[in-house]
Amino acid sequence: MATLEIARQSATRGGITGALPLKDTFEVAKLIDVSKCIGCKACQTACLEWNDLRETVGVNVGVYDNPHDLTENSWTLMRYTEWDNPETGRLEWLIRKDGCMHCADPGCLKACPSPGAIVQYTNGIVDFQKDACIGCGYCVKGCPFNIPRISKATEKAYKCTLCVDRVSVGQGPACAKACPTQAISFGTKAQMKDLAQKRIKDLTSRGYKNAGLYDPPGVGGTHVMYVLHHADKPQVYASLPGNDVKISPVVELWKGVTKYAGMGLIAFAAVAGAVHHLIVGANRVTEHDEQEGKKTLDGKIKESA
Amino acid sequence: MTNSWQDIKNTDLVLIMGGNAAEAHPCGFKWVTEAKANRGAKLIVVDPRYTRSASVADYYAPIRQGTDIAFLLGVINYLIKNDKVQWEYTKNYTNAAFIVKEGFGYSDGLFSGYDESKRDYDRSSWDYEYDEQGFAKVDTTLENPRCVWNLLKAHVAQYTPEMVERICGTPKDAFLKVAQMISETSAPDKVMTSMYALGWTQHSKGSQNIRCMAMLQLILGNMGMMGGGMNALRGHSNIQGLTDLGLMSNLIPGYLTLPNERESDIDTYMKTRGFKELRPNQVSFWRNYRKFFVSFQKAMWGDNARADNQWGYDFLPKMDVPSYDVLRAFEMMHQGKMNGYFCQGFNPLMSFPNKNKIKAALGKLKFLVVMDPLKTETARFWENHGEFNQSDPAKVQTEVFELPTTCFAEDEGSLTNSSRWLQWHWAGADAPGQAKTDVWIMSQLYKRLKALYEKEGGAYPDAIKALTWNYKDPNEPSPEELAREFNGYVVADVPDPADPSKMLLTKGKQMVAFAALRDDGTTACGNWIYCGSFTEAGNMMARRDNKDPSGLGVHQNWAFAWPANRRILYNRASADVSGKAWDPKRSPIAWDGTKWSGPDIPDIAPTAKPETVMPFIMTNEGVGRLFVHKLMKDGPFPVHYEPFESPVPNLVASKVRGNPAARVFKGDMEQFGDAKEFPFAATTYRLTEHFHYWSKHNAVNAVMQPELFVEISEQLAELRGIKKGDWVRVDSNRGYIKAKAVVTKRIKPLICDGKPVHVVGIPIHWGFMGATKKGFGANVLSPFVGDANIETPEFKAFLVDIKPTTPPTDAPATS
Repeated sequence: MATLEIARQSATRGGITGALPLKDTFEVAKLIDVSKCIGCKACQTACLEWNDLRETVGVNVGVYDNPHDLTENSWTLMRYTEWDNPETGRLEWLIRKDGCMHCADPGCLKACPSPGAIVQYTNGIVDFQKDACIGCGYCVKGCPFNIPRISKATEKAYKCTLCVDRVSVGQGPACAKACPTQAISFGTKAQMKDLAQKRIKDLTSRGYKNAGLYDPPGVGGTHVMYVLHHADKPQVYASLPGNDVKISPVVELWKGVTKYAGMGLIAFAAVAGAVHHLIVGANRVTEHDEQEGKKTLDGKIKESA
Repeated sequence: MTNSWQDIKNTDLVLIMGGNAAEAHPCGFKWVTEAKANRGAKLIVVDPRYTRSASVADYYAPIRQGTDIAFLLGVINYLIKNDKVQWEYTKNYTNAAFIVKEGFGYSDGLFSGYDESKRDYDRSSWDYEYDEQGFAKVDTTLENPRCVWNLLKAHVAQYTPEMVERICGTPKDAFLKVAQMISETSAPDKVMTSMYALGWTQHSKGSQNIRCMAMLQLILGNMGMMGGGMNALRGHSNIQGLTDLGLMSNLIPGYLTLPNERESDIDTYMKTRGFKELRPNQVSFWRNYRKFFVSFQKAMWGDNARADNQWGYDFLPKMDVPSYDVLRAFEMMHQGKMNGYFCQGFNPLMSFPNKNKIKAALGKLKFLVVMDPLKTETARFWENHGEFNQSDPAKVQTEVFELPTTCFAEDEGSLTNSSRWLQWHWAGADAPGQAKTDVWIMSQLYKRLKALYEKEGGAYPDAIKALTWNYKDPNEPSPEELAREFNGYVVADVPDPADPSKMLLTKGKQMVAFAALRDDGTTACGNWIYCGSFTEAGNMMARRDNKDPSGLGVHQNWAFAWPANRRILYNRASADVSGKAWDPKRSPIAWDGTKWSGPDIPDIAPTAKPETVMPFIMTNEGVGRLFVHKLMKDGPFPVHYEPFESPVPNLVASKVRGNPAARVFKGDMEQFGDAKEFPFAATTYRLTEHFHYWSKHNAVNAVMQPELFVEISEQLAELRGIKKGDWVRVDSNRGYIKAKAVVTKRIKPLICDGKPVHVVGIPIHWGFMGATKKGFGANVLSPFVGDANIETPEFKAFLVDIKPTTPPTDAPATS
């Protein structure tokens, strides 16, 4: 959005206005309190409505999750897990709203080879710019949470924008607005961390001794955070990556050492070519080359006749 | 609701039983999360399934569907045995001390006076002992063996924790945990709220399910309290308005009742509606019945309702049966005794039990009129949709008229929500195509019927011809005009008897409150409980002031709550006998030395002295009823009766099938299945993703839950060789459906009397119209029997079998 300043963008050193850091006082976050979520899917519905997306009507495959995975039209999804808690011997129905985590250190942005196709605003929102997207799918590989989806029709990548269009005019995301139990809150990251502490205290008093905040440091923290009753076991929430989640080493390597090594190789090739030209000179076409070429061409014309 | 949605935030303990608020009322459920997050309130869920509500509960206990009364009587037994009773409340504010007359008795599941051939009781023995002045005798020491308290104690004694486990399949430790948590709210300053819905009403003993909980709440002293009460979560946005306005075959607005055929004149009619006080100095508010009734007649027939024609009493239909409820209507249709049917905002083919019977009945009609904003299955009952709706249209002779109507977002008016709030709304969009408002359609019907009666006469044209119809546009009365009429207005000047130069009531003015309604024809009021909603000060329903000075969720100037803008019913009971609040921090009203004051409107005369008038002014005892004298058809106390189709025998009433006082039509009894052929206990319910049979027409909702499924336990899946996502066929003795299988840990076999009972959960919502995948209606399976008192069908408990199958086949597409 024009009103938001860009902190970083893909395949570009620095942002459009130079390399701005995320602004502490301005960083936004969405807090998803899994312990308050009733899995009503109002967030999913609001997401489709606000973003004017139309998902296809699927089938039931024996679970409540519909659609069955994130798609280019479904940017958020309730994932339901029936979990027998081995410590209490009681069943828990864990319902997690899946979607982009808006990492402070976004793997998608790092992996993206197209300049400006992925941007991060100074408020922390990570956004895809479809005009610049080349549909290569590197962002999918780069994301440690397996979020972006490529549309076969448009050959572009899609994911949650954290309702950047709403946020930029001072509103909260559509999903937070629609949530009937205030399981989804939106504010500054500092506010959301405070709120999380209040919720964790309540959960601890109810016997959830490992209640905690999911804000994994391996990706620099996230701008979508979870309050989990079992923060020591994020994996039980429909395979949410562990607290030690990191960007894939391949991406780090590709965009780190490998990138510079690759650039070095390209530079070497260019230099070598120039040196070769200087020493050997340009290639010349000899009479023999011309004859051979003519023969080949004639043969092809005969064949096609 | 006795309380309001907002008031749930004031509670200490939420009991969700007989409902699934997170699933079916997600927006209202926010007040549960408020109470939990801000007050540290606890949430208990008791349900056959581990539901969405259970997913955020502090404690979940399983229960077999249709055994709630055994569970709740078990809790009452626990409270009595462990002395967890709010004694001052129970002694003063309930009929615990009332003495029941000799001759009343109970044994083997039946009360005195049962007549098996009629499936009904002679209720004369279900009454108190009276003194010479006609007042009920009491024993405040509670020593008399025939006082209500001792009869109740004896009645519940057999519902021990062991018996609860045997009947309900609730493990004893789980039951005891729940009972213990509930019992803590017997402290005067602790409250529990009961949130229930169709999980209690849709049983052959639905009324008694709710009554049983009301008794429990009285014993705990939780009625009238902020954060307490009996909170019915209504299933449609305006279903509260439907009952308030008397859209039942035997009611007129404001819960007044239609006369029966033996009540040939108004004085006879009033004889059983006198509601004389049963205790000295008490207020029996229904003594004003005649004022409400005459004012209603004036609203309907204006100048044609006069003293000399008994206020138009003859214009009213007289009932020859207790009610023409929907089950009776379709039974008559099925027998060919009803040949025309108007379906207004109603999709009975999908939403009534035994779909095959409903379909056959519709096929016997001469004409069917469907008024609806959507393309309903009912209007297309004759179409062939293969296995989803098998039909040979050429053989159906019913003529079907479909009149498209506006939907709620396309017209103006008020909706009454569960909190009893009348909230005005405005049209958000124009109606598409030829859609018309229901009011326009009804007005055209009226005009044409009246013209026909005037031209051709008829058996009794008077009632229609005499109807008052003073609207600016007789073709379409405006919502405001109708609302003003419901509120009521002054028909003729009433001088002040103290000072005849002044007027008590001035002709043409809107009524201010129902207390001023009169039975002399000087006032008109369409619905006495809505009086005060549209006064000279304007439309109270359109108020949108969300200020809440007390911080207790009263919101006195937001919309209008009936009655009298009161937000908590029976709020006098929130204070002790001397008028002091049981809990000053959460006090709706208290006695300030001269009057009742507080954030809410007192549910008692503002200057009624404490210690004299007791809080329950809508009963003629003045107190809450633990024992109901004569009013309930199936007993003064609740009894555990099995559903008509039960997987197990009744352990407390072995000779009784179902509710012994429930009406069963001939032919339907034969269609009940038994556990040998249909071994599994089925129940039906709603899902958050859909609203009844409406939202399947919406693409986004269809995405959220696209296809019909049934839910079964891992154990039942194993037993029947069913895997997750397989097609299964579910059979009852009335038909079959095919659906996808959701195999879940959230349903577990219940061990009842040592044997496993498998539960099959069947969501409603699917049909052969709309944006979802085509699906069978769950009500192909459900039995055609209703609650003994109000005939709500038994959708929640019946028997089925289940096995793997092949996908359903649709009819070949026609082009």
